[in-house]
Amino acid sequence: MDSDISEELAKRQKEISIAEFFEKNKQILGFDSLQKSLVMAVKEAVDNSLDACEEAKILPEINIYLERIDRDEYRLMVEDNGPGIVRREVPKVFGQFLYGSRFHAVRQSRGQQGIGISAVVLYGQITTGKPAHIESKIISEDIGYMFDLYIDTAKNKPVILKEEPFLTDKKSGVKITVNLKGKYTKGKQSIMDYLQNTAIVNPHATITFQDSDGFKIKYERVWNDPISPPKETKPHPYGVEIGEIMKIAQKTSYKKISTFLTGEFSRISSQMANEILKISGIDPEREPSKLTLEEVKKLKEAFLKVKLLPPSYESLSPIGETLIKKGLKNVLGDLKPSFYSIPVTRKPSVYSGNPFTVEVGLVYGGNIPSDEPVKILRFANRVPLLYQAGSCALTKAVENIDWRKYGLEQKGGSGIPTGPMIVMIHLASTKVPYTSEAKEAIAEIPEIMQEVDLALKESARQIRTYLIKKEVKNKLSEKFFLVQKILPLIAEKSAKITNNPVPDISPVITKIMNILWIDERVEVTENRAKINVSVINYTSDKKSFKLYADYTDGAVLPESIKPFGEYDQKNDYIVWVIENLDPLKRLDLYFELEKIKSDYSETTYYIEGIDPVHVVGAEPLPGDWNIESLKSIIEEVEGDEDGNEEE
Amino acid sequence: METKRSEEVLNELKKIVEKIYDQMKKGEIPYMELPARNKYNIKLDVTKGVWKYGDDKIYRSAKKIEGAYTLLRTMFMLDFIKEMIEQNKSSTLRELYYISESWGIAKFHTQDESDKLAEDIEILTKYLREDFKLRPEENGATIIGNITIEEINRKGKPQRINCRDDVGDSGYPVPYNVEKEKINIIDYDADFVLAIETGGMFDRLVENGYDEKARAVLVHLKGQPARSTRRLLKRFNEELGLPVLVFTDGDPWSFRIYASIAYGAIKTAHISEYLATPTAEFIGVTASDILNYDLPTDKLNDKDIKALYAELNDPRFKTPFWKNEIELMLKIGKKAEQQALAKYGLNYVTDVYLPEKISEMGLK
Repeated sequence: MDSDISEELAKRQKEISIAEFFEKNKQILGFDSLQKSLVMAVKEAVDNSLDACEEAKILPEINIYLERIDRDEYRLMVEDNGPGIVRREVPKVFGQFLYGSRFHAVRQSRGQQGIGISAVVLYGQITTGKPAHIESKIISEDIGYMFDLYIDTAKNKPVILKEEPFLTDKKSGVKITVNLKGKYTKGKQSIMDYLQNTAIVNPHATITFQDSDGFKIKYERVWNDPISPPKETKPHPYGVEIGEIMKIAQKTSYKKISTFLTGEFSRISSQMANEILKISGIDPEREPSKLTLEEVKKLKEAFLKVKLLPPSYESLSPIGETLIKKGLKNVLGDLKPSFYSIPVTRKPSVYSGNPFTVEVGLVYGGNIPSDEPVKILRFANRVPLLYQAGSCALTKAVENIDWRKYGLEQKGGSGIPTGPMIVMIHLASTKVPYTSEAKEAIAEIPEIMQEVDLALKESARQIRTYLIKKEVKNKLSEKFFLVQKILPLIAEKSAKITNNPVPDISPVITKIMNILWIDERVEVTENRAKINVSVINYTSDKKSFKLYADYTDGAVLPESIKPFGEYDQKNDYIVWVIENLDPLKRLDLYFELEKIKSDYSETTYYIEGIDPVHVVGAEPLPGDWNIESLKSIIEEVEGDEDGNEEE
Repeated sequence: METKRSEEVLNELKKIVEKIYDQMKKGEIPYMELPARNKYNIKLDVTKGVWKYGDDKIYRSAKKIEGAYTLLRTMFMLDFIKEMIEQNKSSTLRELYYISESWGIAKFHTQDESDKLAEDIEILTKYLREDFKLRPEENGATIIGNITIEEINRKGKPQRINCRDDVGDSGYPVPYNVEKEKINIIDYDADFVLAIETGGMFDRLVENGYDEKARAVLVHLKGQPARSTRRLLKRFNEELGLPVLVFTDGDPWSFRIYASIAYGAIKTAHISEYLATPTAEFIGVTASDILNYDLPTDKLNDKDIKALYAELNDPRFKTPFWKNEIELMLKIGKKAEQQALAKYGLNYVTDVYLPEKISEMGLK
């Protein structure tokens, strides 16, 4: 190629600023349809607010208003109670691309590239010609400042039209108002959808939204401690890219490459730095800012040749079991799910030098539609992913599992299963590997796929156990109906037809049931629980055994244990010694717990001295209650397979 | 007014109930034993040439909820039958199904359930459901041909009907009871009986005067033939020595119509020797006909294909003829209606197809 022409091209390319580039390629950042642009604008603003609150340890309160100005023009206002932004920074944060305080810091955050909110300002400006209005108040100043600004796209610089102080009662916070073209919708992939999912993973936030039809929705916080932001760490050599090394080298204050390596990267000791420099053949005395591209490439190669400790996990902040459960209950509670899995938070792991962790929560049953594909809620660093579900690693991990093994319907054992279930998957990482700049789908990195798979399976096993227990219960209630309603009628009818007295069917009943039935009934008043345990011998023999009540919550009132039984203070359980319980005899046992927390969690009953296969409602001692024993109960309940018993 | 037969029936019914009662009295889980009513448990009775249930048994036990329900329903149904016999009443199978509405948890959810249980009781007692005062409301077949029968009419008087001269275009309707007490065959002048599946083809043959031209008794089966239709075909065959030829569509379901006439249906294998005509022959439409006569066709759907494969496993179809035809149909993947013969004109079926097929069989 003619060198003059290529020089010229390179020069011109430099002049195209990122802002200009965006103007021509809106879809790259996700502004590719009118519908989506509104959602993206809300998302960028809310993500920023949540990040800022986290950093300042403030419980977020975010209000969103959407107003319709014209046919397809809307005014969006997002207001938070975050720390606010100091006056001189406001124009840069909102009016300049790639302006962000933490561009080189490595830690998990919602907005990872600092490109988001200025993109919203720019999108508004190019679709409506109107500037953005920003109000900011920081706690250390008495007044706030408001700005009208737009972006000079050629120079990637903010242009301030108006800058004025204003009085406010608010302690601190930011409010952004933009006019933009869009199309407001509800349902899938809408603002509402995004906010609902955001509320699930941010149970510490209160979020309100009023849409252009006047419809209001509010997600109230259910967790009253601010989330602490994850720690910042230096980049790990395995995960850092050549361009990043170059940038860090330009900005560093270290004068020598050896100290630059130990000071700017994590897990590099001075001994390790020497080894790296030896492998790459770079003089340890060299000044980092003078490194050539060639040298940086060699440095990167050397990074991968040395054995380093994996990156620190302190830079990750998983949501955690408690908050996932609270979030799911808060937002999905209306569906009255019959089962919430204990959320799974996997131990942190690493892909190409980047730490990550995977979390999964499942809800099942209730009013969740059972004939539709399972709903998958995807999150990356606490941000809902609404688009490109099909090409996302999190979706694929769900599709790769044979859910039939866990009691769901799935055609051919792969693909999205069908059933009354919602799956929440969260990937937290210092660097989420998105498939594109729009940050909509996660790339299929083998290490991540494996962790998601394990987390899903761990959760799925809970579903299976739940379903098996439910099946046992159903089968049992069927059996009770059989022996209590159908069998007496058969006896009565046959006696009538044959002109005989009605036979005693007790022996038949015990033969059909053949279980010892233990059932708990609980009456909770304030912080007290009255518990009635009934034990019925549905077998044909007298039974002797020991029954233990191992309560997890509150304290037992020893005098409430009736009509007999003992409180074992040392082991903190109640034990009943039952002797010669006759067939079809029922025994009622009572006790009371005080000082229980809001929701009584079931007491576990253990039984000793009897074949556990014939017991329903208590686990064999010492608590080895697993799926296998549940399965044997199902077989027992279903009856022996004669092979030719009619189906 | 209990006749001797009624008394015997009552006794048999009572025996079933006594068994259940005794089991419970002994503290056993009550159960009933029945032949397995599926295609794997039908055996050829060589002396009679019909297919009957084999020795495989099923146990309907009250240990499982479905079994318990069926036992309970059996008690209710037997009680109801006993009442009808004692009061000299009868009901249709449909009425029985509705009667069960008042049985509480024992009520039937579909008429299939009650029909099947009535058949179970036939099997257990070796009596027919007519003995239990249960009759089908099903529409029997119609007949056109030179055959004279004498039917005891509603007023209890014998009435002679010639099925060619004394009937309209739709022919003589076969009542649900075709036993000698109801119908006697007086006279006939025909060479064979032609049993036809569809109304369209029946009407075509009637319009073309085929009954007179070919000296045939035409019987419209109306799809899967009712018990009375099959019984009457058997009587024509046995009492008059008339060959029975079956003419249906060319698809797996029509093959089953033929099988139920010739070999006995799986559902009623307990009364096969009473219903089946082992010498009945299949005229068509065969898969070979589809090729030989180049008939307009439809593609086999998934259900058709499944049915054909099921027939390959059905002992009744284990003859070289059927094996060839079923495999050929699967190979060409096509089926044809009998009326597809109209491709060659309205007279083709009576002028060409039937005469050709019948002479192929060596009948004429």
